[in-house]
Amino acid sequence: MIEASFAILAGLFFATAVYLMLAQSLIRVLLGIVTLGNGVNLLIFTAGRIGREAPPVIAEGFTAPAVAVANPLPQALILTAIVISFSLFAFILVLAFRGYEMLGTDDVSHMRHSEPRATLPPLGN
Amino acid sequence: MVILSLDLANPPAWLLVAPALLPLAGAGVLVALGRSPRLAGPIALIVLALALLADATLLRSVLLHGPASVTMGDWPPPFGISFAADTLGALFAVFAKLSAAAVAWAALGDEDARADQGFFVFLLVTVAGVSGAFLTGDVFNLYVWFEVFVIGSFGLVGLARTAEALDGAIKYAVLNLVGTTLFLIAIGLLYGAFGTLNMADIARKAPGVAQAGAPLGALALLFLLAFATKAAVFPLQFWLPASYPTATPLTAALFGGLLTKVGVYAMLKVVVMLMPAAGAEWSGLISAAACLTMLFGALGALAQDDLRRTAGFLVIAGVGTMLAGIATGDRTGLAGTVFYAVQSMAATSALFILVGAIGKAGGVSLQALGGLSHRSTLLAGCALVLALTIAGLPPGSGLWPKVLLVESSLAADRPYLTAAILASSLVLILALGRMFMLAFWRPAPPGAMAADRADERVTVTAPLAVLVSVGLVLGLWPEPFAQAAFSAADGLIDPSRLIDVVFPEGAAP
Repeated sequence: MIEASFAILAGLFFATAVYLMLAQSLIRVLLGIVTLGNGVNLLIFTAGRIGREAPPVIAEGFTAPAVAVANPLPQALILTAIVISFSLFAFILVLAFRGYEMLGTDDVSHMRHSEPRATLPPLGN
Repeated sequence: MVILSLDLANPPAWLLVAPALLPLAGAGVLVALGRSPRLAGPIALIVLALALLADATLLRSVLLHGPASVTMGDWPPPFGISFAADTLGALFAVFAKLSAAAVAWAALGDEDARADQGFFVFLLVTVAGVSGAFLTGDVFNLYVWFEVFVIGSFGLVGLARTAEALDGAIKYAVLNLVGTTLFLIAIGLLYGAFGTLNMADIARKAPGVAQAGAPLGALALLFLLAFATKAAVFPLQFWLPASYPTATPLTAALFGGLLTKVGVYAMLKVVVMLMPAAGAEWSGLISAAACLTMLFGALGALAQDDLRRTAGFLVIAGVGTMLAGIATGDRTGLAGTVFYAVQSMAATSALFILVGAIGKAGGVSLQALGGLSHRSTLLAGCALVLALTIAGLPPGSGLWPKVLLVESSLAADRPYLTAAILASSLVLILALGRMFMLAFWRPAPPGAMAADRADERVTVTAPLAVLVSVGLVLGLWPEPFAQAAFSAADGLIDPSRLIDVVFPEGAAP
């Protein structure tokens, strides 16, 4: 039951993220990417199954836990993902700010500098 | 010397991680030496040469004695993170390092690269990420290496100084971030279905999990979508012609050679090897995407006046060709994909280095170029061989993988795929032949090229000539490389040797 509600919550995160990423303002697109990243973290957490078992500590002299324990791996995965996505987001924010300074707009439909000018190659004569 | 005395049957653990760790350590050294940027280029080149040597030794060991594996911290797999080198990964790693070394060599004499102190640091970080991705045996670790090369490549595009380049950089960054996040979503669901992320463990458990009714088809599609964004597959390719051509030529040479191929590699490793049945469900979709990517790339290349943009579209056409073998999924097709991908790394890097050299000599507009063959015969010779290689004509290396792909698509009874491969090759011949005719063969148009200096400096033409001759060797003497490609395809179709090497006792956890 708790897993189903977490899955629905992750879905809501994804829906919000897609809505934001379809916006024209670059800042909204970036906020969408952050929301998407958080949705993924929630998804990994849920995929690892949520339980109320004992903490995953292995007693001395054993090589495996004796009783059912909570799954520690999703947390390690999420921690890695959080650190990586945070640093990339910081970089992309700075890039967007430099873009705003240099291009004078944060509206993606006006950011056409890297698109082609209408020149055709010579046709031969 | 230490590398010559190695026992190739049991490669030491450090040999598997050296190709990724050497460039990473080199990047650290370069950051520490920040105040003496003159040393940066030579150090980067030495580090890449050492890493290339390690890669080549690893490839030799894998070809002679089968896959090799090491698990970090002596944890038993699947609990520790495994590095596993098979023929596919080692082959990709060798050619990626070759392209990167040529780019670093060309950058030694390039004012742009020398002025940007970060260039060689980010180059090494990108190469480290790409090498790690080729040699890891764990899907989450693959994601981490993806992020490592994304960080390096963000650094390289972030060196942008013009509005044009900055605009391209923003598009590149946003699309890549969305692509890797899609990859992470798929990994989360994969973990939910399998309870493990070790590739060999997944391959081992795949039949049982498929029987238990896990939605592997949807999962395979998610992975395909994520990797297609990275590889610039139609209809997810629009960021590439905007961002590669606006970056500096050497950055574009590195990206064009390495980054799209990592997407293709990940498709082969994760979808074809780990989820063969689920991947085959989408083979019709992949075929359609392959045809459209090839035709879009070829027609786009034909329509450009700016040579940098032509090169960007040629990358897309190449990705479509690689996709054809994934679509058919048989031994011949996969071998064709592997062969095409590795030879395309050298050819694409060479193409962007060439475009950079042409740009220095007389601009990048076909309208204004001309007469370059009178000014630099070596450059013209390289351009001719390169055009033949990329178009898939003899004696270039593009011919044999295309033969394999055509054979495979006919055997798989997909005539439209065959037609798309041949039609896109024809259009590529037109586009590349016209580039050579206009830029090199015809007399210089009056008034153009006032700046009368050919770009004949050894630092640019020597790495270009090396990459081009790699293509010539592969085209004239393809047998050993075709055999390696077939061995890689065998490893993808039947990963049991990889499973045996990661889990020597066959012990289930």
